[in-house]
Amino acid sequence: MSDTHAQTVPFVRDTMLPAAPPPDRQAGAVRWLRENLFSGPVNTVLTILGALIVWFLFVTFWDWFAHSVWNASSLSECREIIAATWGEGARGACFAVIRERWNQYIFGFYPPDLYWRPTMTFGLLMVALAPVLFGASLLIRRVVLAVTAVVTLGAMIVLGVPAGWLAFTALVLGFGLYASERNIAWLLPFSVIYPLLGVWFLWGGTLWGPIFVLVAPVLGWLAWRLLAGRAPMLGAVAAGVVTVLFWLFLAGDAASDAQGLIPLAIEPVRSDRFGGFLLSLTIGVAGIALSLPLGIVLALARQSDMFLIKSLAVIFIEFIRGVPLIALLFVASLLLNYFLPPGTSFDIILRVIIMVTIFAAAYMAEVIRGGLAALPKGQYEAADALGLDYWKAQRLIVLPQALKISIPGIVSTFIGMFKDTTLVTFVGLYDPLKSMSDAVRANIAWKGIYWEPFIFVGAIFFLICFGMSRYSMYLERRLQRDHR
Amino acid sequence: MTKSVFLGTVAAATVFAGMGLAQEGSTLAQVKERDELNCGVNTGLVGFAAPDASGNWTGFDVAYCRALAAAVLGDPNKVRFVPTTGQTRFTALSSGEVDVLARNSTWTFSRDTDLALDFVGVNYYDGQGFMVRKDLGVTSAKELDGATICIQTGTTTELNLADYFRANNMAYTPVNIDSNAEGEQQYMAGACDAYTTDASGLAATRAAFADPENHIILPEIISKEPLGPAVRHGDNNWGDIARWTLNALIAAEEYGVTSRNIEELVRSSNNPEVQRLLGVSDELGAMIGLDAEWARRAILANGNYGEIFAANIGEQTPIGLARGLNAQWTQGGLLYAQPFR
Repeated sequence: MSDTHAQTVPFVRDTMLPAAPPPDRQAGAVRWLRENLFSGPVNTVLTILGALIVWFLFVTFWDWFAHSVWNASSLSECREIIAATWGEGARGACFAVIRERWNQYIFGFYPPDLYWRPTMTFGLLMVALAPVLFGASLLIRRVVLAVTAVVTLGAMIVLGVPAGWLAFTALVLGFGLYASERNIAWLLPFSVIYPLLGVWFLWGGTLWGPIFVLVAPVLGWLAWRLLAGRAPMLGAVAAGVVTVLFWLFLAGDAASDAQGLIPLAIEPVRSDRFGGFLLSLTIGVAGIALSLPLGIVLALARQSDMFLIKSLAVIFIEFIRGVPLIALLFVASLLLNYFLPPGTSFDIILRVIIMVTIFAAAYMAEVIRGGLAALPKGQYEAADALGLDYWKAQRLIVLPQALKISIPGIVSTFIGMFKDTTLVTFVGLYDPLKSMSDAVRANIAWKGIYWEPFIFVGAIFFLICFGMSRYSMYLERRLQRDHR
Repeated sequence: MTKSVFLGTVAAATVFAGMGLAQEGSTLAQVKERDELNCGVNTGLVGFAAPDASGNWTGFDVAYCRALAAAVLGDPNKVRFVPTTGQTRFTALSSGEVDVLARNSTWTFSRDTDLALDFVGVNYYDGQGFMVRKDLGVTSAKELDGATICIQTGTTTELNLADYFRANNMAYTPVNIDSNAEGEQQYMAGACDAYTTDASGLAATRAAFADPENHIILPEIISKEPLGPAVRHGDNNWGDIARWTLNALIAAEEYGVTSRNIEELVRSSNNPEVQRLLGVSDELGAMIGLDAEWARRAILANGNYGEIFAANIGEQTPIGLARGLNAQWTQGGLLYAQPFR
């Protein structure tokens, strides 16, 4: 075949020409600039305007950042140092306030010799989250857990942890790494008990409290087993009643009795010692962990055919979404006290967590309802055709797809809720953004400082929220099942 | 089975609620049982209440709380400071979350009556003033016609400002701010010609400027701001304790009782008023449900009124407030403790 044209054409080239480089205007940075920044008159003008704005911001604020002072004990000392180094009239940032008060921005008024406890709690949180968040990717898991282990243990040693607790943390982190390599599911029991452990680590007190909180569902399960054979409905009711009654009336006494027998207590820390990012993260993590399941239940309830359940869900969601979060926080902090008998102390952080959770859950329910609505009807019908009952259909067919669709919305709600934790400033808790900065400014040494704390706190908030956002994008890619 | 469980729950809930109601009693009994005083303070105000780097509260209002705790519980450290904001302070008091509110709150008619508070006295006589830049050339508040003024919203200062300008037939443009720190920023950035708030706050703000010499506080004080601790209506004995603890601190200064010479005076003073104050003669403490040495402990906690003033906001501190109206009546001020008899 190759010599088909040999007689008809005088010359046939049998090799390809070498690829010529593209013209200069169509290659490299020039092409990128032309295509992205100067592709037309409008785009060109906008690019120049944008560059001018960036340049203006840089010129305006550069000297302020460049003259930063990190070593001073008061604002006036900062000013003296700046004046001495850069001449009279020079201005500069006084980040020394962060250097001196960073511990309060991070831990609030938590006792300084116990700073290792929140650190440990946070490190172990990563272990508890690994099977939930990074169950699919060994590489990410390995990196996250290894970094967590190094940072947590290092920070704990610096903060002066007792040897026993250091060994405990190292053990748990080591087991986390080992389980992550072998079988990540081994960590799931730890994830389940982590919330109670975390509460115990942060607030301290006796370990018997969390233990007896755990005992209640076990007793409830026993009650259910005893009765379920005869009357399933009665069994479920009895299980609930036994659990709640045990929590209400027996758990506290049992814990203090057991504590009397075998003391297992660490130093208690009261809620009013919490503040800064410790407070934000405690409320944020608890709110996120609780609002997602609650939101799913509410979304399903709103889709339900049962009139009562549907109406209750609609009323709850619409009421909570119609009320500002600050109003709910005021109710939590002030109004509840009028209804509770005098002398009862219902922990303020717990109250705030409950309010933040139901607030986020109402939004979450609508986000998930969007996901449910986006699912083609055929999926529901297919589930029915397979003979799955309601819960199986939801668990195996509907929710996995609906939640996948809702991921951006869910994570947006999380991010919004985490940032909303700063609103606790209005009920007298020390959020990192406003209350803590005001408290720092109330010291005459730092009065008059303004932007530096905002920049510091804003940067940390950005890191956390950006991390959440990146994680949601990773999750979307991982769960992508269609072809593009 | 279900029925009995249900009835049991109802019965248990009733007993539980009953127990809760039975605990209601006098504030003094509650405080003693709790062995801790819940004191509502500012979330942070220079000189009056602020937590330091290690979380210990100090300040002028804080000192009163400590004195009260020392009088009632015998230990100035048995106080839980509950930070309250401008919005939550009075509700926190009336809902019982705090036993006493020492949060630089102005004693006004409506707060005393309508809000059902009892102000037990005045621990600081403040008043609203103005601060302006020196190069503005203004020497009196009367010359501020047409000025833009930075003013904190939701406070009595906002109302006072409107009253003052209306009374003097002047116009102004308000620049609303949310907090003192924001006000300073706006003022420094030139967003307003004058900054107005309580004179004590102005002095502290000016002291924190990079160039305090370029700013002046105008001589006019346009309002009365008697700041004092408050308790809720309905427990007069607790109100008496709070009032006379404050009076004890003020009277101690008048009679020259300080934290340094108090032990000596207990032994040697032959002034009958001092003897009664310090519980050497008569049994004044028993009349308010405390022991004889209550006032002695209150004074020992942080010293008398003058010592507290000097340590937190006085002229030796960076805030540098003069005694002014807050001097003893014998020194030309307004402090006048009722007699201990």
